[in-house]
Amino acid sequence: MSSRCYVATRKGLFTIDRWSSKWAISRAAFVGDNVTLVMHDPRNGDLFAALNHGHFGIKLHRSRDGGETWPEIAVPTYPPMPEGYVPKPHPFTGKAIDWSLKLIWGLAPGGPDEPGVIWCGTMPGGLFKSENSGDSWELNRPLWDHPKRDDWGPNGAEHPGIHSICVDPRDSRHVSIGVSTGGVWITRDGGKSWGQTGSGMRAEYFPPEQMGDPNVQDVHCLAQCAAKPESFWVQHHNGIFRSTDDAASWTEITDVKPSVFGFPVVVHPGDPNTAWFVPSTKDEKRCPTDGRVVVNRTRDGGKTFETLRHGLPQEYAYDLVYRHGLDIDSTGNRLAFGSTTGSVWISENSGDSWQTVSANLPPVYAVRFVKSL
Amino acid sequence: MATVRFTQNIQRHVACPTLEVPGSTLRAVLDNYFHDNEKARGYVLDERGRIRQHMVVFIDGELVRDRDGLSDPVETNSAVDVIQALSGG
Repeated sequence: MSSRCYVATRKGLFTIDRWSSKWAISRAAFVGDNVTLVMHDPRNGDLFAALNHGHFGIKLHRSRDGGETWPEIAVPTYPPMPEGYVPKPHPFTGKAIDWSLKLIWGLAPGGPDEPGVIWCGTMPGGLFKSENSGDSWELNRPLWDHPKRDDWGPNGAEHPGIHSICVDPRDSRHVSIGVSTGGVWITRDGGKSWGQTGSGMRAEYFPPEQMGDPNVQDVHCLAQCAAKPESFWVQHHNGIFRSTDDAASWTEITDVKPSVFGFPVVVHPGDPNTAWFVPSTKDEKRCPTDGRVVVNRTRDGGKTFETLRHGLPQEYAYDLVYRHGLDIDSTGNRLAFGSTTGSVWISENSGDSWQTVSANLPPVYAVRFVKSL
Repeated sequence: MATVRFTQNIQRHVACPTLEVPGSTLRAVLDNYFHDNEKARGYVLDERGRIRQHMVVFIDGELVRDRDGLSDPVETNSAVDVIQALSGG
């Protein structure tokens, strides 16, 4: 059971600990700096913080003393373009992808049998791997050089990016990633080759002829069940999708109140039928429906949903929760989420009720529990 | 030798003292500066060797033109100022 989580925000990284009966902030790091992502490595306790300094670029820091000190480490860098290579302009923007790091958007430890392996998803559309806990990084060329990668589209940001990285508990070489915008991609050989999945997904923001194209699916978040790793959930730009066959095919879950729109999804580590979402009024508004912050939970694989609200603000609340802003601990009982309005809530009963940890933090980008293997 | 000066704002991330550095182009001057301060390179230039989008460099008070190639000439006794642009917020 997790008793600590880290919250990455626009103005710093905050540690939240469980004291006798309540959760409270116990430390602030990088105060004033834009911490876009945080990751805890359950294999050795390493902590990683990704920063976007704006002027000075993207940086990575690692703590090996539980967050006391944060030396800067290597950052993923894109290789030089091959001589004579002319990148293809994207039809939406008319611009070619710039081979230059814009954002660290996903971080995930490799499997327990791969000490030191860290995967890192980036904008624009890069997947990097470190085999030495972040001392150095290498771009995964088979995915980067895949001809369909050129067609990945921009999302709310200017660049396509990889945000979700799921390392299969059955086989660490089996890695599934979520791309916005570019669907779901899978390797079964540790990244030597990649295939795309997405049959059954639907992109309503495209003309009918292209709606089913796996490469235009705007996956907001991809989550895999630890106990039943053939089961995945996706929070998509225009809906919720589920797969029970290793992401080979997807079923759309419709008619979910108050909305099927949102960014994050987490799945119960022991039960593939139980998953949580934070719904918002769709797309063009992106705020809680009727000003009420709620969490949606299904326990029957998406047939029905409970809308959980006990302890959450139910009037004039406009909190948006980003894709990394919701997390679940390894028991499935404790959940935490943070919002663009700087609120953080934690539940110890699978979402039935929530405790407000803070309503005054900077905009929250990521919430991550400390977990054990 | 050109004098290279950095914005105060960079100093809390990486120490960049004012130094006198040889070189007849901006590229040569910055390469010489970063040779002994490699960490600072990534704060000013991206991995393509271009001036970061929200950084600006002045040579003797004139804004550098060639932000990608850094071919702008630097005279002996020039002052090179590396600062952050307002565009970065």
